[in-house]
Amino acid sequence: MEHIRMPKVENVWLVDRSSSRRTQVGTLYLTATHTIFVGKGSEDRNELWVLHSLVCNVVKHKASQSGYPLLIHCKNFQVIQFIFPQESDCHDVYISLSRLSRPEKYEELYCFSFNPNVGKAEREHSWDFLDLKAEYSRMGLPNKLWHVTPINREYRVCDTYPADLFVPKSVTLPVIVGSSKFRSRGRFPTLSYYCKENHATICRSSQPLSGFSARCLEDEQMLQAIMKSNPGSRFMYVVDTRPKLNAMANRAAGKGYENEDNYCNIKFQFIGIENIHVMRNSQQKLIEVSALRSPSMGEFLTGLENSDWLRHIKSIMEAGLFISKAVAEEGVSVLVHCSDGWDRTAQVCSVASVLLDPYYRTLKGLMVLFEKDWVSFGHRFSHRCGHLIGEAKEVSPVIDQFLECIWQLMEQFPCAFEYNEKFLISIHNHIYSCHYGNFICNSQKERKDLCIKEKTHSIWPHLWENKLDFMNPLFKPDQSQNQGLLRPSTAPYCFKYWRRLYNRFDRELHPRQSELDSLMTVKEETQQLEEELALYEQKMAVLDKEHAKTLYMQKGVLDSKQALWSLPLDTSLANTPQDYISGFIGGAPNVFTLQQGERESAEVCLYGDKTKSSDADNSDQESGVADFSSHSSGEESLPSEESVKDPDSDETGPNRA
Amino acid sequence: MEFAELIKTPRVDGVVLHRPFMPTVEGTLCLTGHHLILSSRQDNTEELWLLHANIDSIEKRFVGSLGTIIVKCKDLRVIQLDIPGMEECLNIASSIEALSTLDSVSLMYPFFYRPLFEVIEDGWQLFVPEEAFKDLESMTDEWRLSEVNKDFSVCPSYPSLLTVPKDIDDESLCKAASFRHGGRFPVLSYYHKKNGMVMMRAAQPLTGTNGRRCKEDEKLINATLCAGKRGYIIDTRTIAVAQQAKARGGGFEQEANYAQWRRIHKAIERSNVLQEGLIKLVEACNDQSHSMDRWLSKLEASNWQSNVKEILTTACLAAQCIDREGASVLVHGTEGTDSTLQVTSLAQIILDPACRTIRGFEALIEREWLQAGHPFQQRCAQSAYSNGKPRSEAPVFLLFLDCVWQILRQFPCSFQFNENFLIMLFEHAYASQFGTFLGNSVAERLKLLLSQKTVSLWSWVNRPQELERFLNPLYEPNNLVIWPSVAPQSLLLWEVPLQMHEMPKEHMDCEISMC
Repeated sequence: MEHIRMPKVENVWLVDRSSSRRTQVGTLYLTATHTIFVGKGSEDRNELWVLHSLVCNVVKHKASQSGYPLLIHCKNFQVIQFIFPQESDCHDVYISLSRLSRPEKYEELYCFSFNPNVGKAEREHSWDFLDLKAEYSRMGLPNKLWHVTPINREYRVCDTYPADLFVPKSVTLPVIVGSSKFRSRGRFPTLSYYCKENHATICRSSQPLSGFSARCLEDEQMLQAIMKSNPGSRFMYVVDTRPKLNAMANRAAGKGYENEDNYCNIKFQFIGIENIHVMRNSQQKLIEVSALRSPSMGEFLTGLENSDWLRHIKSIMEAGLFISKAVAEEGVSVLVHCSDGWDRTAQVCSVASVLLDPYYRTLKGLMVLFEKDWVSFGHRFSHRCGHLIGEAKEVSPVIDQFLECIWQLMEQFPCAFEYNEKFLISIHNHIYSCHYGNFICNSQKERKDLCIKEKTHSIWPHLWENKLDFMNPLFKPDQSQNQGLLRPSTAPYCFKYWRRLYNRFDRELHPRQSELDSLMTVKEETQQLEEELALYEQKMAVLDKEHAKTLYMQKGVLDSKQALWSLPLDTSLANTPQDYISGFIGGAPNVFTLQQGERESAEVCLYGDKTKSSDADNSDQESGVADFSSHSSGEESLPSEESVKDPDSDETGPNRA
Repeated sequence: MEFAELIKTPRVDGVVLHRPFMPTVEGTLCLTGHHLILSSRQDNTEELWLLHANIDSIEKRFVGSLGTIIVKCKDLRVIQLDIPGMEECLNIASSIEALSTLDSVSLMYPFFYRPLFEVIEDGWQLFVPEEAFKDLESMTDEWRLSEVNKDFSVCPSYPSLLTVPKDIDDESLCKAASFRHGGRFPVLSYYHKKNGMVMMRAAQPLTGTNGRRCKEDEKLINATLCAGKRGYIIDTRTIAVAQQAKARGGGFEQEANYAQWRRIHKAIERSNVLQEGLIKLVEACNDQSHSMDRWLSKLEASNWQSNVKEILTTACLAAQCIDREGASVLVHGTEGTDSTLQVTSLAQIILDPACRTIRGFEALIEREWLQAGHPFQQRCAQSAYSNGKPRSEAPVFLLFLDCVWQILRQFPCSFQFNENFLIMLFEHAYASQFGTFLGNSVAERLKLLLSQKTVSLWSWVNRPQELERFLNPLYEPNNLVIWPSVAPQSLLLWEVPLQMHEMPKEHMDCEISMC
């Protein structure tokens, strides 16, 4: 690669910033895609791989006694410090990395060279993993009030919108075109979320080009149509997520906000989320606070306060809450916009969706939400994440804030999310890493022009395959007590500093034991035991079948049964007696019919299997905790002796657990 | 005195109870000598039983003839009672005020409480110094149990039995006691089995401005050092504060006289400052402005989290000296009854896995707080909402529990107990039906005949039915020393005692135990 001045430097020090004791010496390699450090240690050959696309900036520090330091700040908040013995090496690496981390063309990004060992078909298939059409039909669309307009199929009306857009059936093409001409960048009001139960919707757009007095009949008709598509309500909210002052300033430039006098039955509301520049500076300050080395509590809290970061997170959450309550509690539709409608609007719509719809609190649901509200609706990932060298002023942590809002919600509702914190952090990492093609470019059109789907891989199947890592063991899917709507508190003290993200690489700052991990381990263990159990059930069933044939050999039956019970059963298995019995009863005929090879009954069998395993899951968990509590009360022997000896008499087992 | 004299209106119907995060309840309000009771007289609805002793302050408001009493509790709960009828409301308010500020200990509820359960294991007999000494004897023969304080004349705040170096006779102890604030001469707090190092605690030495010394005191603590080894004196005060103490007859160990010891000064606040911190913290939590800036600046101004950090850091330091440096440690501040105990007890939690079990933690509280003479009654007489003139109230014990919670959060699988256990201890320290936290020292407790006249908290807690609530389902005994992070990024605000949420954590606990 022409940009690599120095492919390999020996005797480089990798400094551990938390503890000088863990500093190690090794060899530094620069490749086209990664910076790689290989530690010299004889046993643990420590390797550190850093993607160039994750590098935020590279700084040379003043030479010290030990050599020439180079600091690499990454977009995932990792900070790496190397010390070079030679100034020239340090400089060469600095120059090379500075160039490598600032690609000029999309084609230089890692996703275009990333080539895992998968076939073409499989890669293409990876892009079909999520289907937005399916998502809209999950919401209940199209229906008699809303349909897809073909108007943007060629991206002619709005080149930053997706090709398929939902609009009220009642609006005509000229109305859409007229409305789009009256909106910044042509981003006319279109549907983002539809609430099946009460027909209320969240729609999104950019600001109207109203200036001080301009109006547009089509735009007014558009809003009227949206309002009318929610038959139950007599008005709709128009939420401008900007501070009022900013919105008013925009009027001077011929933009602005809706005049309540011109639009029928709208209630207009400012929410006051700051713009991307304020957010960028705020996060910069937050990062500085997070990187303080052993600060006092006062320094930390003052820094946190001065960064204003949590205040911004709070304002986004409040906006989301306002909208979700309007939709769920008042049954009123909401149109959300900011200036261009791709930053604050995306944040607020997606936060509201997470609050409203339990689906977005599942793994798959969150992926879909990213694809829908962020990727398809043209959040400018390349600009905001600084994928390519360009305007530094375009960079802003808009997406970080959305992820953080979800994290804050997870803190308040530890059982409401199927995914865990690691999932959010992993997504964060991949948004910036350019490892996969999903978050490249600024719009659907750009991605199409660049053939992203043909040339890169999609992140979602990859995350899905690793879903075990991302599961929240406390997840309880049933949130029916409030019809799914989350009502977070927005009191200031409910917003916490997200240590796992901002100090992700400072291992010493995190709990040394993880509740999550130990719960996951228990879940895994019990799952394994379940599988074993299922195996034994099958064997039992077969044996039973044989016994049935040889009924007259009564004694033999008893013997072998006894043998089964005393033989290879793991002691902990005895903790799930009821399960065993129901499995035993249900399992036998199934296996039998399978052996018969009848297709119909095989289906029944599958179904039966499924119910069985979900039953198993429940008692699974019970036994898991039974284990724990008996641990904690200091008892060494886990299984109850009785249940081993006499399974049949122990049908009420789980109740005791 | 008859309580009835103070109760003008014993019963009011149609009272509405408002509690944060809970549905309102309408019912009958009853006042008894020790309780404020609200009963809806329906099945399956929760009743309110509030000890008058738990009430920190009340506020009255009137709208027409509807009176409202806002009751602010020492355990930081705030409840509101809407009482129809102005006279009833005024009567109730004045009764509550009188009943909640009774000064005589012997009128407290524990002296009237009769348990509805059978006491199987008497908590008063559970943790006696003789038993602890037997454990020690099995590990080392360097120590003896001294009866020098049998009649509490050498040190009124110490228990009658004290563990001291074997080679130091009682006479020397008396001399050392006269050289230490309040007679609190150095005694054994913890023996680290792994390397035989010890932690001792004391009060400040009375060096005064002219640098008094006491050979017996020097001999006493030197007796705990191995030949050629140095020890550490951890003074919980800053050097400046320690210097100032000289003017009032106190002071710190001079290098010249304690050549084998290295002195380290830390900066744990004195108890009156801690009390201000609690008041500010509670104010911050109750701030209605909903402004993030105000919250963070008020939180910072309360210094609460700084105090947590400083106490934890000092405890970690003590533990580090013992476990990593292989040195013995002497901890003291001024009186040796507050910050000293925070440090010695937390260090033991870090070092000794036994302290992380329920029994072990109870024993720790008994040893390092109750018998060591932490003045619970003085410290917990009022809390953050009191309008009374502050005397010697301070959330010293709450801060200790907060620090334990911080370690628990960082090592969620290493403790046999859960957050509820800590909350329970906090509540009972401020108001309880049990006698455990009454009095300020062993001597006072004996005088009050607590063990005969009241029930011990441990008698109740250790019943299997109660214990269940306090067990940590994730507990796996961990025999290692656990080193918590004390970085500000790692320390959290302990919200549950501050009544800020409907306990999301407990929600999670219950999920864990249900799944």
